[in-house]
Amino acid sequence: MTNSLLTIITFVPLLGAILTLLPWGRWLSLDKAREERLIKNGAIAISLIPLGLAIGLWFGYNQGAGGFQFEINVPWIAAININYHMGVDGLSIPLIFLTTFLTTLGLWYSARTIKTRVREFFFLFLLLEMGMTGVFVSLDLVLFYVFWEVGLVPMYFLIGIWGQPKDRPQYSAIKFFLYTLAGSVFMLLAILAIYFSTGTAGAPGTFDIVEAARVKPFAGNVLLSGLAFWAFFVAFAIKVPSWPFHTWLPDAHTAAPTAGSVILAGVLLKLGAYGILRILLPIFPEAFQRYALIVVALGVISIVYGALVSMAQWDLKRLIAYSSVSHMGYVLLGVGAAAFAIGTPKWVDASAMALDGAALQMFNHGISTGALFFLVGVIYERAHLRDLKMFGGFSNKMPYYYGLFAVTAFTSLGLPGLAGFWSELFVFRGAFEIVKIWAVIGVLGIVLTAAYILWKIVQYTFLGEYDPHKIGHWTDVTTGAEEHEPRDVALFEKVTLWPLVAFMIFFGVYPAPILNFFNSTFVGLMKLEARSWKLEAGS
Amino acid sequence: MNLTDLTYLLPELILLLAATAVFLLDLLWLKRPGAEGKRALLPYVALVGLGLAALGLIPSLGGVRQVATMLAADPFAVFFKALAIIGVAVVILTAIPYLRGRTPYRGEFYALLLAVTLAVCLAVGATNLVLIYLGMEFLSITSYVLVGFLRHDCKSGEAALKYFLYGATASAVMLYGMSLLYGATGTTDLGGIAAAFASAPQGAGAGLAWLGTPAIILLLAGFGFKASLVPFHQWAPDTYEGAPTPVTAFLSTVSKATGFAVLIRVFMVVLAAMQYQWTALLIAVSIVTMTLGNLTALRQTNIKRLLAYSSIAQAGYILIGVAAVWMSGATFTGLNGVLIYLFAYLFTNVGAFAVVTAVESATGATEVKDYAGLVTRSPWLAGLLFVFLISLAGIPPTGGFMGKFFVFGAAVQQRLWVLVAIAAVNSVIAAFYYLNVVRYMFFTPAEEGAEPIGVAWPLRGALLVTAVLTLLLGLAPGPLITWATHSVQLLALR
Repeated sequence: MTNSLLTIITFVPLLGAILTLLPWGRWLSLDKAREERLIKNGAIAISLIPLGLAIGLWFGYNQGAGGFQFEINVPWIAAININYHMGVDGLSIPLIFLTTFLTTLGLWYSARTIKTRVREFFFLFLLLEMGMTGVFVSLDLVLFYVFWEVGLVPMYFLIGIWGQPKDRPQYSAIKFFLYTLAGSVFMLLAILAIYFSTGTAGAPGTFDIVEAARVKPFAGNVLLSGLAFWAFFVAFAIKVPSWPFHTWLPDAHTAAPTAGSVILAGVLLKLGAYGILRILLPIFPEAFQRYALIVVALGVISIVYGALVSMAQWDLKRLIAYSSVSHMGYVLLGVGAAAFAIGTPKWVDASAMALDGAALQMFNHGISTGALFFLVGVIYERAHLRDLKMFGGFSNKMPYYYGLFAVTAFTSLGLPGLAGFWSELFVFRGAFEIVKIWAVIGVLGIVLTAAYILWKIVQYTFLGEYDPHKIGHWTDVTTGAEEHEPRDVALFEKVTLWPLVAFMIFFGVYPAPILNFFNSTFVGLMKLEARSWKLEAGS
Repeated sequence: MNLTDLTYLLPELILLLAATAVFLLDLLWLKRPGAEGKRALLPYVALVGLGLAALGLIPSLGGVRQVATMLAADPFAVFFKALAIIGVAVVILTAIPYLRGRTPYRGEFYALLLAVTLAVCLAVGATNLVLIYLGMEFLSITSYVLVGFLRHDCKSGEAALKYFLYGATASAVMLYGMSLLYGATGTTDLGGIAAAFASAPQGAGAGLAWLGTPAIILLLAGFGFKASLVPFHQWAPDTYEGAPTPVTAFLSTVSKATGFAVLIRVFMVVLAAMQYQWTALLIAVSIVTMTLGNLTALRQTNIKRLLAYSSIAQAGYILIGVAAVWMSGATFTGLNGVLIYLFAYLFTNVGAFAVVTAVESATGATEVKDYAGLVTRSPWLAGLLFVFLISLAGIPPTGGFMGKFFVFGAAVQQRLWVLVAIAAVNSVIAAFYYLNVVRYMFFTPAEEGAEPIGVAWPLRGALLVTAVLTLLLGLAPGPLITWATHSVQLLALR
């Protein structure tokens, strides 16, 4: 079990990050501008390697066999049984693809929009990619924790250094950091508790996720399993973020530079949901079942609350930030419903469906909200403001932009035929069978989403008459020149946005490839949980 | 005492010789015209002495031995001697550029650093109350001189005086505690006292039980003073701020480690029968120490004071390991967590002070706001200080994380939930002020006309060693864990 593919995917970005720090200008006698161009293009080129390998994973994964593949499991800190254990299954592969894909797009977009401290930006962005990929491939709790924390640091810098001064980037950066850290230190204690509870006098315990999912630590101990469950859950809920732990998100998303917001919304939020699916559900099914309704309630509250707050925003970026709270609420609803179904054999299919929907929602949200943040970046680079009251009538001036924005916005509100529809359908179809009332309340979110997207975003930004007095100065993003009218999407922006839009349409029409991935994983998981539950009940 | 015993004393003997040699060479070259170049060699003579002393540890490896009735050559002592030698070596590297232009008496400084290493070696190996006291006093008195070494700097003098007054009181109190133990048992040998405790009738009010709590508290005053535990910490901020920065680095790491080493030896060997009492006390002290240290650090504007309060808070975390001691644990004995923590903390904190030394040597500035835009003035210094700070905050992949991992682990194993939860909250609070320095370095622009900061070669060496080890202990801590787990063997421990 020593397949080095995942190691390469994870650490090539680190290598790239180190390469950006080298004094290329002096070695190749380039001036500053050319050195920066070399760093930018080099970073993009390096990021293509993990992207290509992630696609390779996608096609190389044997769905028939299922389970964890491309595994590597070698001792890391042998004294306490910490292993360098990596592996991927149907849940993690699409997310790894999402990570590498959005990173490449983010680097490509930033290469044209980041003007200051270029070297540091590309260094940190690649480092961030390593941290995120590492979380998705780790099958050892300590390894998972290390990557979890490592991903935190670059994002802190991205927000703090490249944030717009009026968005209070320093405040937002530290808030982001402390919120996540506050959750994760308790997660660390829970990880240690798992280790001690699985160990015996003779043999050390385990930090292995697969092994812990088999052993089920604290099974039968209501107090300790509850404590461990909540320690993990709060860490993940902060990251998701679920109401009431979401307050760092609008600040961080608003302050971060465009590519930073894309990664933050597209991938970092998924880390929390991924943790719930990868760690909480398999390792603490019993405790999760016990508290599932609380998770469902948090999800539904996040859906409705996030949507309502979105509707009240006048800052386009902040609006989309709050919409993430709402959209990630669907994930919690799906997962919570599935957890509630644990131990009830007749709900196995419904719960697998809810989980499919939740995982698909993670992927779709990554694509669509990533695209939305790029689209906000497009308008911000031109107008240097994001105030919806100052917008209006852009459909006349920027029809191409309107088209791309419309597809993305409709994906976000779950229009049939676009990717977002399937994930919401699956979540509600699964949850309705299990937690009927909560699902019904949650459906309200769809209506509210349509309201803020159509009313707030589409109407205020694109419809109506274009008023040239509202924004006097427009910047041409390719040359940096001042203009009196906005110019439509530039080529590099089309290159950034089209792949995302293509995915929305493709998975909207034909979601099977990605659904099969998730389904193969979750049906197996839910059957396993249902069976092990019966065994325990019988014994 | 025979010749084999002498081989266990090699590090001490070598340090004594090296200290004398540096003193004499300094004296010899002092008045000679044109000897300034030669005197610049003195720190390197001291480094060679430390290297030889490290080699002198080889005969002591691997066994638990009694040396000349008052000293132990056990793995525990070897660990702390190695820690002291490495720590002082790095401190010497940082001192070379720092002292230039600040004092003409540089030779003595290095000789005193060697002497203080000798004191640490004696204190951590001592198995007799008298020798423990002498070792601690030797360490203290040498430290007072080092703190006040910059005679023309008022702050340095103030720091030394405060340190001296607190230190004298603390050691008097500690001596009183020792006298209680001696009076009750008639011996000053740690093993002998332990045996007397064990053979005394057990139970409340019977035998020697009355002695436990007062002795524990009185002794803790002396050990806690060195380890800067609350409430024996008041000297630390002023002393750390006023002392020459390399000395501050020494006080916050090696000297602190000595306090912990002696505390562990005495409490584990002598007061094993009263573990319940001192565990309860240490839990309380640990909670107060880390909370007070962190909350006070939040308000600091001087980087040396900030690191001083941070080092108080760190002492609180380290104490968790002692409070959660469980010797039959397979890999989390608590004590090995203390050793891992102290070792990782040594490099992290000396490294942080090395950056402070570099900035101070170049600009004279020690305020946090003077670090604004450090990344543009010296990307390397800013990057390295960042590594040290996240290690202090306990964020992986650094040695500081591994230290926290092991002490928190020991507490979780012992189910000290309240203690470990408070420690977790504390590490979030601490992240705030560490990152505040990061914020200045990376987010805030430098003042107009701020020049790049040059770093002298010896200091670069110190930074390289500390940074590499800080990261290495986080990425590949295996050897350290094995060594630390092996090193919790103490002489006369039942």
